Amino acid sequence: MADYFALFERPRHLVLDTAALEKDFYRLSRQWHPDRFARASAEEKQRSLEMTSQLNDAYRTLKDPIARTEYLLSLEGKPIERDKNVDAKQIPADLLEEVFELNMQLEEMRAGGDDPDIRADLERARVNFEKQMEDAEAQLKSLWIQWDGVSAAGESAAQAQILDSMVALLHRRQYIANLVRDVRAALGAE
Amino acid sequence: MTEITLNRVVGIDLGTTNSLVAFMQGERPVVIPGEDGSNLVPSVVAMATGRPLVGNAARKQLVEHPETAVYSVKRLMGRGLEDVQEEIKLFPFRIVDNLNPDEVLRLKLGDREFTPPEISAQILSQLKRNAERYFGAPVTQAVITVPAYFNDAQRQATKDAGRIAGLEVLRLVNEPTAAALAYGLDQKHDGVVAVYDFGGGTFDISILKLHEGIFEVISTNGDTHLGGDDIDNLMIAIALDDIQGDLGIDARKDTSAVQTVRRAMIEAKIALSSEKSVDVDVPLSDGRHYLRTISRTQFEQLIESVIQRTAAPCRQALADAGISPDQIDEVVLVGGSTRIPRVHALVDEVFGLSARGKKPHTELNPDEVVALGAAVQAHILGGGSVTTDNVLLLDVTPLSLGIEALGGVVAKIIQRNSTIPASATEHFTTGVDGQTNVAIHVLQGERELAKDCRSLARFDLKGIPPMTAGLPRIEVKFLIDSDGILRVAAREQRSGKEADIEVKPTYGLTDEQVEQMILDSFDYAEDDLNQRQVIEARNEAETLLTLVDRAPSNPAWQMLSEEEVKVIAARRGELESTMRGSDHKAVRDAIEAVDKATRRFAELQMSTAVSGAIQGRTMESAAAELGEGPTAPHPFAAAEIEGTSKQ
Repeated sequence: MADYFALFERPRHLVLDTAALEKDFYRLSRQWHPDRFARASAEEKQRSLEMTSQLNDAYRTLKDPIARTEYLLSLEGKPIERDKNVDAKQIPADLLEEVFELNMQLEEMRAGGDDPDIRADLERARVNFEKQMEDAEAQLKSLWIQWDGVSAAGESAAQAQILDSMVALLHRRQYIANLVRDVRAALGAE
Repeated sequence: MTEITLNRVVGIDLGTTNSLVAFMQGERPVVIPGEDGSNLVPSVVAMATGRPLVGNAARKQLVEHPETAVYSVKRLMGRGLEDVQEEIKLFPFRIVDNLNPDEVLRLKLGDREFTPPEISAQILSQLKRNAERYFGAPVTQAVITVPAYFNDAQRQATKDAGRIAGLEVLRLVNEPTAAALAYGLDQKHDGVVAVYDFGGGTFDISILKLHEGIFEVISTNGDTHLGGDDIDNLMIAIALDDIQGDLGIDARKDTSAVQTVRRAMIEAKIALSSEKSVDVDVPLSDGRHYLRTISRTQFEQLIESVIQRTAAPCRQALADAGISPDQIDEVVLVGGSTRIPRVHALVDEVFGLSARGKKPHTELNPDEVVALGAAVQAHILGGGSVTTDNVLLLDVTPLSLGIEALGGVVAKIIQRNSTIPASATEHFTTGVDGQTNVAIHVLQGERELAKDCRSLARFDLKGIPPMTAGLPRIEVKFLIDSDGILRVAAREQRSGKEADIEVKPTYGLTDEQVEQMILDSFDYAEDDLNQRQVIEARNEAETLLTLVDRAPSNPAWQMLSEEEVKVIAARRGELESTMRGSDHKAVRDAIEAVDKATRRFAELQMSTAVSGAIQGRTMESAAAELGEGPTAPHPFAAAEIEGTSKQ
């Protein structure tokens, strides 16, 4: 099976113009979609089905920045563990204190009902962690640019280093994302 | 017959309340009317005397002999006994007693039993006949629409119904997507569109992105058991309470009375979409009447809870699409229930339309728009034309697909709202040394635990080469095809051996069962055809007898010889006795004989009558112009069966 980047006739680059990707997705869909093969032979129908399902899977993966990064990491032999239970073991060191404080606040919120002071604390925590998530995403984007540069140049040592940084950053981002989710749930925001 | 008519693919909206068939006439889709001239065929099936009745004929049967008729059978498609406990309380479904929980449902109609796909197949057959009558040519291929939120089993059941009806189902299309296609074809606007489809028994919301002919569904949500039916049931319950309270009659047990009340309530509901108040008058079996005035305010209070249930799926679809209500450019209303003013108000509220100076689209008849869209898609699959050349539907799967993992939790492998066809590859291994089978349980739904999701299928990976536990590596490919139906393929990778998989649908029919049903339906079809031909011949004979009996009062009769009069009387007597039998060929022969015997009389009648009359006319041809008799037998009636048996 062709990798998703190859399917879209692209190098394994992470900075990606999603509007251009969509255009290509539509063009390739017109070419391969089963609707175009309704009157074709069974073999052609089967091929159209397989091609289109791959194309759809590829588009879904590449258009999403996180899924795209994770996919590249798995292609490069560094798959991200998606297990929910790993979170607790890998609290980023610099976040330890904030996380500890947040957990206390969440605990109080659950135990003591809706105290306005705790609510205000949680609101601050939410803003803080949302900001950290944005930071993580900004850092990820700068890693993309580095990756695209070194992979085009074929510098393998630098490549490995960037991949490791991305793995660490994705773990951190996932961890913060879970915190944001919990705070939002506690605040009843969503 | 030209090649074009042979390849004609129709679009079918198999609805809870009404069904329609449409096709692409030139550049625009049109609905094909039935024999009675109506575009809508009520989705009611009755098995009166072994001969199935569909539509308005069956609706009459529903009031007179409720035990032989069924409506809203779409609610039962692809469902098991446990799923339908709620429906059984509200609908007069007569489910057979000796059913196992994991078996396909069977309903009793008269003294026979039918599965929901077989009943739906009767509706499809009627639509097929309507189309064949219209084209004067066989119709064998169709696109059928399903609620977007239908799960795998419900989709499979719909496809089975098509096969039983003798239709190759080229594609199942989601109803809201079809509606968008019907609208989009005319308007050619790019933008983000929400389709709010509130029908007789199902509710769907789909959000689509339209771009240069591509109809890309971004998200969909809904409830496959929410529709006009639920409003009807609320109104019926109140009426029956009233009747008990005011008149002291417990009409609940009188199925015929319940159906009379039901019809009256449906009429009241429809009237309340345009009137501020409506007077209900239902005659009861003891001669008394149930009288009540219902105001629109009362009606709206009553149905508020039902209508509110459509709001949450709309919000979820918006959230899944990652857009806010004000990013929706257009809202399209589909389904008969969207005629209710309160529904308009809710849609306006949810999407903030009037605040943005917008109105929902209702230009196309909400009862017909899905069928029209299905016709467009049918046309595309049949080869298309310049009008549709640029059009491509990209739809999604409404529910996540998962497999049961350790501890009964569901591991999601394809997320909801993934564009279809979509696939996922998973690897499995054995837990015990030498194990040659692995059982896999596939589920559909959003919940975390297998017991809360919809069980789609259980299957065994068989024939795994005996190895140490954990060593085999079985790759299973799950693929959701363009109909939204799951396909599975498996391979043991260490030995390279294809594993034998048997996918047993949880509440579906096996291929063998469907084949048997197709055979059964052919048996009955021949039976039906025979009966129809006998009836038609009898009708013709009756018309002819009337003419013969009137003949002596015509001056031309006096000009016949005594011998001729005797022969006519003899042939007349023969026809009268033959037409009571069930051999339509014998009846035809007897008609021919009477016709021959009266030929000279007809000629004399012509020449003695007003000048200019055409010579050589026979009584039979005169009968054809009589006008008041039944319609002449349809020239295509026989060819339909010949066409199917040749396959």
